Amino acid sequence: MLVQLSHPNRQIEVKGPKRTKDLLRELNLVMEAHLVIRGDELVTEDEWLADADQIEIRPVISGG
Amino acid sequence: MNCTKCPTSTRAVIGLPRHNAAFCKNCFITFVHEQVARAIKSFKMLSPEDRILVAVSGGKDSLALWHILLKLGYRADALYVNLGIGSYSEESHRKVRHYADNEAAAHGAKLIVHVVEQEAGAGIRELATILHRPTCSTCGTIKRYQFNRAAIEQEYDVMATGHNLDDEAARLLGNVLHWQNDYLDKQSPTLPASVEGFAKKVKPLCRLSEREIAAYAVVNRLDYIVEECPMAKGSKMILYKEVLNRLETESPGTKQRFYWGFLDKQAKPEAPAESMADKDQRTLLPCDSCGQPTTAGTCTYCKMMAKAKSATLR
Repeated sequence: MLVQLSHPNRQIEVKGPKRTKDLLRELNLVMEAHLVIRGDELVTEDEWLADADQIEIRPVISGG
Repeated sequence: MNCTKCPTSTRAVIGLPRHNAAFCKNCFITFVHEQVARAIKSFKMLSPEDRILVAVSGGKDSLALWHILLKLGYRADALYVNLGIGSYSEESHRKVRHYADNEAAAHGAKLIVHVVEQEAGAGIRELATILHRPTCSTCGTIKRYQFNRAAIEQEYDVMATGHNLDDEAARLLGNVLHWQNDYLDKQSPTLPASVEGFAKKVKPLCRLSEREIAAYAVVNRLDYIVEECPMAKGSKMILYKEVLNRLETESPGTKQRFYWGFLDKQAKPEAPAESMADKDQRTLLPCDSCGQPTTAGTCTYCKMMAKAKSATLR
């Protein structure tokens, strides 16, 4: 699956199928600080992501 | 994961471990609106007649706040301060303008814009260099000043900012780590118009986490600036938030217990604490077996040893 990351903007290819929480763990990212978006829909941490999915992992922390 | 609120258990779009819940899109929107309404009521933030000025930056929190207040039926205009940070300011300005024209205008709400460069002759980065001050501190001073000035001059009853639970918990952590007691008083979600010339300030998103607000913006298709302000890189606030999010992951509810617990203690000041020596003298007596001080007749050590000996003998 194609995964879009921010800060800095980049795309990486990850092998599926994979649960959302496992994808985040592999990338060393904390769920509490990110949203996972498939297409334009939010997905929960137990959702399975397929090879054909386009995924965005969006950070939610801002400087405040 | 299915919605824990819907009778039909629709597929959830977000899980909220701190509430032991998961919500579908509609239930999540209702949840967010209820949390904001609850904050407004508990902290006496707004009345239905108030004219509100929302401080917007183009980020998720302030745009979500403007959206929620309009959806809840409040009369809320917004002020955007263009800081002159190159393409970042251009993009955030465009996002705010887009929301104002395409959503807020339909509610009769207007956008006010202040351009720092027009008044000060330079953008925020140049001003910080000229003044030998950190950019974030210069930015904070300018934004607080301009929002307060606009609220007072244009006779708004109250000014609302998009500070969320993570902002407040991180700020509290920073203030406690450095024992900045003077700043703790300013962490209330409602700050009154204490003197002539100060507008009342409220933080209606204080019950919602940063992630919940970002999720609200996504499910409502609010087009906000995802890119972080280039000046905020390496900021202490981000570090505090990362630390708190690690704790939250291990122990859901940590951030709300930390911040809400602080607010509870502020609201109900405790009676002066009894000294440790006075309390000890009032509650401790010699153990009837070994003579060391204990609150019970026989101390815990003697009970443990007696139990261990009887188990060994068996």
